[in-house]
Amino acid sequence: MMGVALALAVALAVVPLLGTPDYFLHLGITSMLVALAGTGWAMMGRFGLVSLGHGAFIGTAAYVMALLWNEAGLSPWLGLPIGVAAAMVLAALLRYPCFRLRVIGHYFALVTLAAGEIVRLMIVALRDYTGGSLGMTPRLAPDNAFAAMQFSKAGFWWMALLVWVFGIVVWWWLDRSMSSKALAAINEDQDAAASIGIHVTSEKLRVTVISAGVAALGGALGAQYRLYLNPESLAGIGLSLQIVFGAIAGGMYSLLGPTIGAVFTIALEESLRVAFGTAFIGAAPLVYGVLLVLFILFLPRGIAGFFEKRR
Amino acid sequence: MDPFLLEAILNGILLGGVFALPVLGCNLVFGVVDVVWLCYAELVMVGMYAVWFLHTQQGWPLMMAFAAALPVVAVLGVALHLCVVRPLLGAPPINQLLATGGVLFILQGGAMLVFGTDFRSLGVEMPPMEWGDVFISGTKLAAFCAALVGAGALWAFLKFTYIGIAIRAIARDREVMPLMGVDPRRVYLVASAVGGALAGLAACLLVVQLDVHPFIGLSFGPITFMICVMGGLGNMPGGFLAAFLMGVIVSTGGFWWNTEMSYVIAFAVFIVVIFARPQGLFSR
Repeated sequence: MMGVALALAVALAVVPLLGTPDYFLHLGITSMLVALAGTGWAMMGRFGLVSLGHGAFIGTAAYVMALLWNEAGLSPWLGLPIGVAAAMVLAALLRYPCFRLRVIGHYFALVTLAAGEIVRLMIVALRDYTGGSLGMTPRLAPDNAFAAMQFSKAGFWWMALLVWVFGIVVWWWLDRSMSSKALAAINEDQDAAASIGIHVTSEKLRVTVISAGVAALGGALGAQYRLYLNPESLAGIGLSLQIVFGAIAGGMYSLLGPTIGAVFTIALEESLRVAFGTAFIGAAPLVYGVLLVLFILFLPRGIAGFFEKRR
Repeated sequence: MDPFLLEAILNGILLGGVFALPVLGCNLVFGVVDVVWLCYAELVMVGMYAVWFLHTQQGWPLMMAFAAALPVVAVLGVALHLCVVRPLLGAPPINQLLATGGVLFILQGGAMLVFGTDFRSLGVEMPPMEWGDVFISGTKLAAFCAALVGAGALWAFLKFTYIGIAIRAIARDREVMPLMGVDPRRVYLVASAVGGALAGLAACLLVVQLDVHPFIGLSFGPITFMICVMGGLGNMPGGFLAAFLMGVIVSTGGFWWNTEMSYVIAFAVFIVVIFARPQGLFSR
């Protein structure tokens, strides 16, 4: 699987050099960044740690990055790592008590949902800085585009590809580590895992912080790419569920599953948009929802899982 | 006491009454079927659209529209159970949660397709009550009383009818009850129907206070789940009390800061409560 992923990455690296139209570059960049967020989510999701609030981390990272640039003039090259670090700290602060106090299953999912809503509402409430529900735009710097991380489509393509490969490598490294075995054991039976000497809390916390960081990287970079931040599209339950949908549809148990899911959801979204235009607003979420239900009923391991089973 | 603070507290209690119905419905379904309906607020939205459509478009009297909304949403609850939840009863809880999350998108998208994204208002307003310096909205007071009646009816149903007792028994021990001759599939169906009807009742009370639009579920859905978990999932009296607590927190938070901050505080209180009492505030 790793070989396939690397070959794919090399193939993708030359795409902007072939004179690909901007529209397809745009779809590719969006797909890679959504794939990164989904990959990050699936790192913990596949061990039964279902978070319905990854929007909290994406929103935190994106807004920290954009506010540092707008208010303090700090380049996104520094702001992005700081934002991602802030998201990881937030993940640790929120989830440590969860794991320590054994908040699991439904309770865990609902606590994460609350966390995502808190961040969304905070962004709205701090409207003097964040622009509230109207959103905000990072200050444009045409004469210093590189330092402001505002490149052309091709530049962002390589940027997105780079972070996507990073996400894939993190997944692969995590998958091969002892942590993955430990987390699988915890998912089966937490008490039994603890009794054979697995540090349940710290294993869960580690994977959560990594997962939050990877997802936040993808989401924040997406905001930087669009040069527009909005609490609805960067935090809250809608975004969180869309990340989950992509990962589930593609298959959260395989390396490339969330990526397949991201490509699938974006292709679906675009074809619905082209097919219906604005005549049928609502057709997209409707089809989304129907597919999500069908996937969970008939293909719980996603598209990737379906092909793996065949082999 | 400051009359405005008193007004905020009273409004909070009234708001709690409105939260209480979806919380009871959610808890009922979770307690019996062991599945969280993530789309519960969207069921309420469907009920609100039903009332709006029948009253303003079809010209039905308001009470008849209300009476029709309950069975509509109850049938929807049963359909949700049969089509989505029942095939997943043996699946991991996460899949059940996410499948109902998919239904959330279906209902939202469906509402957008059928009714568009406009805010729809029923245009019903009752005169405010006045007590010295304290003003209380008449619509809110009426909704609160109706919520209490609904909760009382649910209590009587669970306490005195055969199927109600079976529902409580299943919620307590789902392994033993089938051995006692109770068909769990029937009990699940009834619980889903009652859960849906409660969403319909909540819809009737909300549609007179708020304009309905396809995203309205997202505005009170999260807080409904927070209240359920705060009171203890499946714990009906706990959820009922927590609804009032949350209502007062939100309302007085809005008095001291602004509306968004009041919800931030409410969610923060929720997270602290979960850490302090993971099994719910009012668990024994």
